[in-house]
Amino acid sequence: MSNYWSDVLGGTKSLAVGLGITIKAFFQPVVTMQYPREYVKMTPRFRGHIDLVKNEETGGPKCIVCGMCQKACPSGCITLAGKKPEGSKKKVLTEYTLDFTKCSLCGLCVESCKPGAIDFSKEFNLAGPSREAYVFDLIKRLKERS
Amino acid sequence: MTANPVVRLLISLLVVIGFIAFNAAFLVWVERKGAGHIQRRIGPKEVGPYGLLQTVVDGVKLMSKQLFVPDHVDPILFRVAPLLILIPAVMSFVTIPFSDVLVARKIDLGLLMVFAFASVNVLGLLIGGWGSGNKYAVISAARAVSQNVAYEIPMLVTTITIVMITGTLNMNEIVAQQAGGFWNWNILPLGKNFLLAAIMPISFLIFFICSLAETNRAPFDMAEAESELIAGAYTEYPGMGFGVFFMGEYANIIVGCALATILFLGGWQCPFGLFPGVHWFLIKLYLLIFTVVWIRWTYPRTTIYGLLNLSWKVLIPFSLSILLLTAAILKVL
Repeated sequence: MSNYWSDVLGGTKSLAVGLGITIKAFFQPVVTMQYPREYVKMTPRFRGHIDLVKNEETGGPKCIVCGMCQKACPSGCITLAGKKPEGSKKKVLTEYTLDFTKCSLCGLCVESCKPGAIDFSKEFNLAGPSREAYVFDLIKRLKERS
Repeated sequence: MTANPVVRLLISLLVVIGFIAFNAAFLVWVERKGAGHIQRRIGPKEVGPYGLLQTVVDGVKLMSKQLFVPDHVDPILFRVAPLLILIPAVMSFVTIPFSDVLVARKIDLGLLMVFAFASVNVLGLLIGGWGSGNKYAVISAARAVSQNVAYEIPMLVTTITIVMITGTLNMNEIVAQQAGGFWNWNILPLGKNFLLAAIMPISFLIFFICSLAETNRAPFDMAEAESELIAGAYTEYPGMGFGVFFMGEYANIIVGCALATILFLGGWQCPFGLFPGVHWFLIKLYLLIFTVVWIRWTYPRTTIYGLLNLSWKVLIPFSLSILLLTAAILKVL
């Protein structure tokens, strides 16, 4: 019988406590992010697909067209090309494509890049209508960013 | 108010149906917003300002669905069941006084009539489950009936307590007796009788819990149990058939909260005895309805055993002893 009373009283009390918790939550600010209108700021260590790093002096890419990233890539998703302009000793990057459909985000290309010309982007919000949408022209992306 | 009674009844019926339809739509929105804020998200917000048109859009979607009647159902019972839930709820509004004059019919046996119609509600559920010709729907309907029977008893016993105190079944009269400030309300009648004031809050609690269970609201929504039984007794219902069940459920919530307001919270009376009117009734009604939503998103669903135990082991003994105590207090003092 004492069990019965402690059940009734304890139960009533715990129900009231529960109501208190939810009413507090009701008046607290909303914590969800309104996704299509708001984005999360990604952490510095986030590894998205690679992007070219801008050379602050020239405004172009830092890339010296050595091709190490292309060699390091196990899935062969990097294609790059460059040519020597008239009267210059250094090559200039003319084409840099990343086929992101094959990329496994291993980061070997970034590790192998001596001049630090490629880096992970903070892009996580990728959606596209076709496979072709994931063949990124990184030079174009670099121009769009600056 | 000397209009032809038939005209008056027709007008009030139209108003009541409009009120119920508007409230059902609006309450679904309140429910979703309440759930959202309790879970610290926003809830509907895309359709219309603050998502207010969301339920209208949902209604259009439900209506555009095919009214599919499966082969194995009982064709008449299957179609009648949603109406058997909705119509009693609408009928109950005939005697519910929104204010001194805003009442369709001042019937002397108003309270009795509301409870008579409230019990038809169970029949709708049972017929819906049985007519579906689906054993799971029948099982949920049987559970719903056992639940409704269990909770009707303490609800009626607490109502009898109120009837003993006020000495009438006329709801206008019951509210009129609670005039002049919150200390006269039946929930805490300090102005009338100190001994009664000690037990009436428990009585109100019992009544409120029972009205939650009667309307199949969480944590007692065993009949529907959307996440476990896939809408329980309404499993076979498509589109607006299901929608009408839900409208009936929301109408029943309004009836339950209106009854609690009238019996315990002084109906249209102001807490301080000033300017009584329909606005006070609506404020109290919507506060109670908010509490119903609040409770739904606080407690998990009980088991059928927990539910029946609560009724037979706690609510019924408590309500019966309150009945006896009230009788003793009224007779001796």
